Amino acid sequence: MKLPPFDYACPTTLPEAVQLLSAPEGDAKPIAGGQSLVPMLAFRLAQPTLLVDLRKLADLRGIKISQKDVTLGAMVRWREIEDDERLKTAHPLLKAAVAHIAHYQIRNRGTVGGSLAHADPAAEMPGIAITCDAEIAVVGKSGARVIQAADFFQGALTTALTPDELIVEVRLPAWPAGRRWGFEEFARRRGDFAMAAAAVFYDQSEDSKARNAHVGVIGVGDRPLRLPSAEDVLNGRAIDEAAIGAAEAAACAAVDPQDDIHASAAYRRALAGTMVERALKRAAARAQQ
Amino acid sequence: MRVRFRVNGREVEVDVEPRLTLADCLRHHLRLTGTHVGCEHGVCGACTVIVDGAAVRSCLMLAVQADGADIVTVEGLSNDDDLTPLQKSFRKHHALQCGFCTPGMITTAHALLSEDPECDAARVREVLSGNLCRCTGYIPIVEAVLDARAAYRAKMASDRGGERA
Amino acid sequence: MRTVNSLIGSPIQRLEDLRFLRGRGQYVDDLARSDMLHAAILRSSVAHGRIRAIDVSRAGALAGVHGVITAKDMGNRVPRVPMRLQPLPDFEPFAQPVMAESKVRYVGEAIALVLADTPAIAEDALALIEVEIEPLPAVADHHASARDASLLFEKTGTNRAITFRAVRGDAAAAFASAPYIRRERLRTQRHMALPMEPRGLLAEWDAAHERLTLYGGAKVLFFNRRTLAKAMSLPESAIDIVENDVGGGFGVRGELYPEDFLIPFAARLTGRPVKWTEDRREHLMCVNHAREAECDVEIACTRDGTILGLRGHAYVDVGAYMRTNGAVGARNVAQFMSGPYRIPDIDIDVALQLTNKTPVGTYRGPGRFETDFFRERLFDMVAQDLDLDRVEFRRRNLVSQREMPYPIATIAPFESKDELDSGDYQATLDRCLEEIKWSEKSKLTGKRVDGRYHGLAVGCFIEGGAAGPKESARIVLEPDGRYAVYVGSSAVGQGLETVFAQIAADALEVTIDRIRGVFHGSTSYVDDGYGAYHSRSVVMGGSAILDAASKLREAVRAQAAQRMGCEASDVEIGDGMKAIGRAGKSVVLTELSSTGICADGAFLNKKHTYTYGSHAAHVAVDPKLGHVELIDYVVVADCGRIINPLTVHGQTVGSVVQGLGGAIMEHLVYDEDGQLLTGSLADYLIPTASDFPNIRAVMLEHHPSPINPLGAKGAGEGGIIAAGGVMANAVANALNSLRVEPRELPLTPSRIWELVQAARK
Repeated sequence: MKLPPFDYACPTTLPEAVQLLSAPEGDAKPIAGGQSLVPMLAFRLAQPTLLVDLRKLADLRGIKISQKDVTLGAMVRWREIEDDERLKTAHPLLKAAVAHIAHYQIRNRGTVGGSLAHADPAAEMPGIAITCDAEIAVVGKSGARVIQAADFFQGALTTALTPDELIVEVRLPAWPAGRRWGFEEFARRRGDFAMAAAAVFYDQSEDSKARNAHVGVIGVGDRPLRLPSAEDVLNGRAIDEAAIGAAEAAACAAVDPQDDIHASAAYRRALAGTMVERALKRAAARAQQ
Repeated sequence: MRVRFRVNGREVEVDVEPRLTLADCLRHHLRLTGTHVGCEHGVCGACTVIVDGAAVRSCLMLAVQADGADIVTVEGLSNDDDLTPLQKSFRKHHALQCGFCTPGMITTAHALLSEDPECDAARVREVLSGNLCRCTGYIPIVEAVLDARAAYRAKMASDRGGERA
Repeated sequence: MRTVNSLIGSPIQRLEDLRFLRGRGQYVDDLARSDMLHAAILRSSVAHGRIRAIDVSRAGALAGVHGVITAKDMGNRVPRVPMRLQPLPDFEPFAQPVMAESKVRYVGEAIALVLADTPAIAEDALALIEVEIEPLPAVADHHASARDASLLFEKTGTNRAITFRAVRGDAAAAFASAPYIRRERLRTQRHMALPMEPRGLLAEWDAAHERLTLYGGAKVLFFNRRTLAKAMSLPESAIDIVENDVGGGFGVRGELYPEDFLIPFAARLTGRPVKWTEDRREHLMCVNHAREAECDVEIACTRDGTILGLRGHAYVDVGAYMRTNGAVGARNVAQFMSGPYRIPDIDIDVALQLTNKTPVGTYRGPGRFETDFFRERLFDMVAQDLDLDRVEFRRRNLVSQREMPYPIATIAPFESKDELDSGDYQATLDRCLEEIKWSEKSKLTGKRVDGRYHGLAVGCFIEGGAAGPKESARIVLEPDGRYAVYVGSSAVGQGLETVFAQIAADALEVTIDRIRGVFHGSTSYVDDGYGAYHSRSVVMGGSAILDAASKLREAVRAQAAQRMGCEASDVEIGDGMKAIGRAGKSVVLTELSSTGICADGAFLNKKHTYTYGSHAAHVAVDPKLGHVELIDYVVVADCGRIINPLTVHGQTVGSVVQGLGGAIMEHLVYDEDGQLLTGSLADYLIPTASDFPNIRAVMLEHHPSPINPLGAKGAGEGGIIAAGGVMANAVANALNSLRVEPRELPLTPSRIWELVQAARK
């Protein structure tokens, strides 16, 4: 499975990178960590004429934490998120999700931007982006723009990016203290793509009722999904067994997965519900800590 | 394209096609055949090498991306005179049979133990779950890595001592 | 042999490790020749069709490509891959041409071979080859195959290669009067060995001397040489097949595949060394598959649990061609369904049905994994029906020591008689129950703890070993006083170099450092070798070494006697460097010959040995996820004689993990059109370090085999054989209250969940 032939460029500035990706002849693709792209090249599922390496672009690096948000540069590697102590409190849901991504060696190279741009329906980062109302800042030949996560993922391996556009950073809204959250994933083996996973959070009013509930699932559709019907069931009530059961049922009803070689549609549908249920149980248990 | 990097402490320069993976560059251009290729799609871990201190799958990296990097392969983790503590532990616990996954296991274990010599069995299993083995059933490999912690702890302590001095 | 030995039975750390740990192993892809060409093979993406046209002109014109070979370049008749084992005339019409001629019959079949300067260019060229194939209806499974509507080989008029039949006693009579009968349909899935090293070959043709050297051989190099010689019209002596380090075999590596002809042919054609390395995508669709079987079988018993008979039909999906050892698994399904149990009346037939899938061959414990699952599932179902204890049901039906040798079913058309050789099957069962703490854990079975149901199961197995007819060894006392050991056995990772060094050193009565090395596999080492399969290496190779050692000592004594002017019987060779004669005379071994002294040995054998034992598993099943956690797993096995406890234990644990993979996660999935859907390691899932952390193996040597001087029974396959049946029974036991009865492997999360849902309705 040798790679098909391509040219290679390693620009040092963002404008240079955009220019390379915008060239009318040929088919240029950016390469970040390569953990998703290189296997596609190995299977010859993609045959770009030019690879534009993003590793020297300083603008794409760094994790910035402010009062308003947590900003991850597109080239931030999973390893950096794992090692960043601040994120334990600044965005614990992100940290929990990243722990499930692939394997040790892959986490040393894979990037935030790469995962978002690749848009695998079972990938964790798109799930976090969708669940947390992320904003994805991109730049292309027409300039810079911001795409809401809800508009970003358009199908399996399909995003709103045009071929000349690069993700610069992703911004997650700041995470208040006292927020209840849970992340639950089930994969065939540790590190495999999720068969289904759920990311949930809600804030607690003074009367112990939930508000601002966010429920997201991955692995059960052609893109990560927010589940407003499950959120509606949670908002305005105490998160007890009945509430969790209702959210589980709502989640099952809201998704429409397909049969594939790993699981039946019926199984994945039920699994989505189970992941939401277990994630909510974790969230509710956090209250006691 | 000309690419320059360090391998096992030695500066090398190669002229390669952009599409050549780091794994193939190491194996066929530099004749460092200790790094093995088992799948070419980033699943089996037999190709694991250490790049700038981090364990990576060399089949998922282009040689041209390694320009300026510091690379360590299984050959760089070995010496002629004796087996290293990690290698001795593998041998003692019979943590290899056909030997094909072994270089990947050694480099991954070395990377893990170098950064976290206090790792427990669950952590070792989790990290090694990215390296496939078909012969041993993994249990002796996990035991070997755990048994090698003492040597890495001692090394970390003495490195720290050296820094203070 | 003398009982004074210190190496046999010792957990000597392996000699091979010294190079493997340093990355200094030499596997075939590590080899290079400065003027070599690289080969890539175009493989059919259509499962069944007629080849209308192949246009290689664009491929041949690509810069760096030296040539493209198709069937028409290979002469009047493209060679066929022979059946190495059970070469019955029935199989000849279904033989595989090494390159597709008029038809393609499975996705992955070779259509053309490209030779180029680099592997990447060779692969680039594949995309430029234009092939026109008129598709034919694909035969997707054994049911479709049996209908014979779409024939793989039109001239034969059938898709059934053969039917074997295993018979013992009079099953018809037993069933006619049986007080209890249970009938079930059970299935095991297609999966494969998946060694970590993909296949590879490097062929060198020496035109001046008309000699071929082929690197990358394994397992059965002598047979392969014989076959290749015939196909290439060369004398055997003109071919050397060399065994390098081998990254796992498990039965699939080393058999003669189409590439083993194509690469040498290309080397002779071009006059340049040709190297070929398989990639993983190819491996999944080209290396022998295994294990796809279904049975419709009945068991007859007395109401108090004595088994009276077993009868029924089995169907094995053998893929598109009969090649290598493709009939062994099916034959074993029929002959070994009784396992270690006393079943007086048996009548089981097994049909080998061709389909448009990759051909099958042996994979560790061939047919035995499948048939063990069938039998052990039946047993637990029967015990439940008759309200009997599952352990007691097994115990009373195990063949006892005093019944041995115990003849098992005779298999037609071979009519070979096979017997269980020796052993105390009940003792290993008892030990296994003790190790897993069966009585204590029984309290948990079927109970729900923290949302998960706990289950226990036990199963008994036999592992057949020591296939004959022969193995060869040569030992040389070298001028420096060290010994070199050459064997016809093959190394596939099982520590042969160490184990044989132990045997040789003990037989020669020297310390292990006096053994310079054990050289295995390659055809230049001994005149006649048979290789590594059927767990035969220690029994056959080890016994051949004993014979060679004994003959060498005689030869050394004779030479020393001549030197010292005494009788050979007066000479003693200690573990030092001297041979001691009478009246204080001695001669240093290094002075006996400037060229060394050598002796050849052999071991001939017609009988099989049976390593035996029991497996037990404790699982916890999450009914919502369908996830099975393995809490504890124990194997107890008696292999007659343990040469190296480290290696035999290691092989057993590794073998169990492969079996567990087959039980719950491995599956080669095809669609209705014969497309292989599990085309990468992201879809074909094998166990990782986190999946099964709790496995224990207890290896015993209480009952040596009576049929060889070592008393060994062989090992390496017993760990896998019982894993499927035991895991399925443990899951059934756990979910008993939900009335879940697994009848099919693998027990994936989705399948377990579906069973739970179905049982609810």
